[in-house]
Amino acid sequence: MRKLTSALTGMVSTVLLSSQAYAGNGLAVPNESWEVLWHEVIIDITVIGVIMAALAVWWLLKYRATSPGQVGTAKELTAVQAISWALIPASIFMADDFFLAANGWTVWNDYRRVPENAMEVKVTAYQWYFEFEYPDGTTTEELVMPHNQPVVLRMTSEDVIHSMGLPSYRVKEDIMPGRITYIYLNPVDIKETFVQCAEFCGQDHSQMVAPVRVVPQAAFDSWLAQAAEG
Amino acid sequence: MSTPTSTAGHAATPAWKEWLLTTDHKRIGVMYLVGSMAAFGVAGLMAIIIRLEQMELGMQYVSSATQYNGFLYFHGAAMILAFLIPGLTGFAANYFLPLMIGARDVAFPRINAFSIWLFYFAIVLALLSFIVPDGPDIMWTGYPPYSVTTAANTSMYVFTVHLLGFSSILGAVNFLVTVIYMRAPGMGWNQLNIFVWTTIAAFVLQLVFIPVLAAAVTLLLFDKYLGTHFYDPSAGGDVLLYQNLFWFYSHPAVYVIFLPAVGIIMEVISTMCKNPIFNYKAAVYPGIWGIVGIGGIVWIHHLYITGMPDWIRLGMMVTTLLISVPVGILVLSLWGTLYKGAITYNTAMMYAVSCLYLILLGGLTGIPLAIPSLTLHLSETSYVHAHFHFIMALFSAFALFAGIYYWFPKMTARYADGPLATLSFWLNFIGVNVTFWPLFIIGKEGMPRRYWNYEMFADIQVLGHNFQWYHTIATYGSWIVAAGMILQTINFIYAAFAGKPAPTNPWGSQSLEWTHTASPPGPGNFGETDVVVDENWSPYKYS
Repeated sequence: MRKLTSALTGMVSTVLLSSQAYAGNGLAVPNESWEVLWHEVIIDITVIGVIMAALAVWWLLKYRATSPGQVGTAKELTAVQAISWALIPASIFMADDFFLAANGWTVWNDYRRVPENAMEVKVTAYQWYFEFEYPDGTTTEELVMPHNQPVVLRMTSEDVIHSMGLPSYRVKEDIMPGRITYIYLNPVDIKETFVQCAEFCGQDHSQMVAPVRVVPQAAFDSWLAQAAEG
Repeated sequence: MSTPTSTAGHAATPAWKEWLLTTDHKRIGVMYLVGSMAAFGVAGLMAIIIRLEQMELGMQYVSSATQYNGFLYFHGAAMILAFLIPGLTGFAANYFLPLMIGARDVAFPRINAFSIWLFYFAIVLALLSFIVPDGPDIMWTGYPPYSVTTAANTSMYVFTVHLLGFSSILGAVNFLVTVIYMRAPGMGWNQLNIFVWTTIAAFVLQLVFIPVLAAAVTLLLFDKYLGTHFYDPSAGGDVLLYQNLFWFYSHPAVYVIFLPAVGIIMEVISTMCKNPIFNYKAAVYPGIWGIVGIGGIVWIHHLYITGMPDWIRLGMMVTTLLISVPVGILVLSLWGTLYKGAITYNTAMMYAVSCLYLILLGGLTGIPLAIPSLTLHLSETSYVHAHFHFIMALFSAFALFAGIYYWFPKMTARYADGPLATLSFWLNFIGVNVTFWPLFIIGKEGMPRRYWNYEMFADIQVLGHNFQWYHTIATYGSWIVAAGMILQTINFIYAAFAGKPAPTNPWGSQSLEWTHTASPPGPGNFGETDVVVDENWSPYKYS
């Protein structure tokens, strides 16, 4: 199964180069791949939905009983028809499933493959705040990333389960005590956004938020120096 | 049409005592219906409060975040464990499964009575969480370590799950034995009603998977109150053990709800179209049993963002997507049954048709969630919340309502149809769409679940409106649903006592519960003679 799917991955990703998005630094930008895949899947399910809904509406109107006591006139299926009506649709559904799985896998790799030059930021979650530790040992309560510098967050929790929810980066991953999880980010846009806790963690769950900023390298350096002093 | 004065046949016993001590599957079915509708009412009230609180930024209506979390807990736990599961496998299966297979009762009537009382004790225990000062606030999922470290009372959650689980396991054994050994002489497996098939499939799932849930929550209890460390990493435990055990049961639990719901609308659609089920054997074997087969190996899609190894996340992406195969076959059977039918519309059929829309919408919006790379963002957003409400909550609840309208003349010898029924149907149908469509839209932009405060999203605009605008629409929708549900409840109560009298087989069904019993069926269901069917008999033979 894995061989089959990875063969399909290869085939599909050559067809759908668009589903892998690359930015200025030549590395995958997961949130851009996410949007491409999302639109693909939405088209897929909309087509299925519209066909099935139209069929239902047509038949529901067409086959209304005209007199009481009338019965349906559908013929019983022969064995061949019955088996065909199971196997052919099943094959179509499976083909679509494998197509979506292959595309999903390609985007998954964009999310999970961390480039070697990624800056590591350690994240520790508490009830109810995030703490970020930079390579030089500086700890802060906001996440600031230099523009175009890939970042990997290594995350763990000191109390209950939290989740690093970054809606504008189209990613989240749980933060758990006793386990280390990671998120790869490629900050190709200069912007100010936020991280919110996305796994229920008690009273102030919906207040657990921290700023996330992407700034030019120079601004980052001076910010980090200031944070190290303060 | 016969109208027996007492369905239990003990004229000297007062009515309350008859109900209290009954072992009659039909009365137990009605008791499940009353209990589950009561749970639906209370849990629905919680939903109204939750929606009201989200209408505006900041805290307006609840007194504290802890109270809000308590309402969320109760809404989820009660809707799933005390409304949907007992409504479908308790009420519908109890009342109609023995009738459909020509049995005079279930195999173990006293154990059946024990099941209903366990269910009522569980409801009482769950309601006590409003009275104690430290009611549970752990969501219906009860994830540790929060459920262990919280000051609230996790034991009430655990014991409620134990009581309901025990009740369901006994019910499962009872109904499996009933179907295997008590079918009318001559009734082969391929002549069973689809609803019977879906019910036994649901009970097989309950029997296999409930013990896992019971074990998971028992370990939770030990961790919190006896100082064990099953889920405590500081002493060698693992927080993810619980989530794996919990979803190993709770994903199949979705099918425990979904399958009987499909069974009910198949019965309604076949009867109202006067057509046999399209491709019956495909619906039963690859369809229903295909879901049972795959249902146990997809649970990781609830753990896509928990840092599980990549191979299992991607492996279960494939199994999860493949669920579309058996579900697709069931959908084709539903659609195919319409083809060349002679369709009569009534309230039961309107609910069944609305279920066709809900299964399509709810099912298809699940496809993005099957793909882990999309779920890395969509997980824990109101997109998920809208998806599972459409497919699990609304599809199954509407199927249950279809079943209530369909079988109402059987239970009461009266119709529940009428202007009030039609009005409440449209309020419910429009209301759920107004409530849950906005949640898809803001969920895709990141609106988190289980939040009362979403100030951090205040600057984000979707199609020219902020999140609060969408939340306000959703809240208006919840009021429409509330109006519909209240009118519908009034309609049921009125119709049960003063509805239009109905003949024994008002819809012209060929199924045994309509052709061979009085309305309501008397003690022993089938009068003097046992039901015997021949090999040409089918519950769906109209011509």
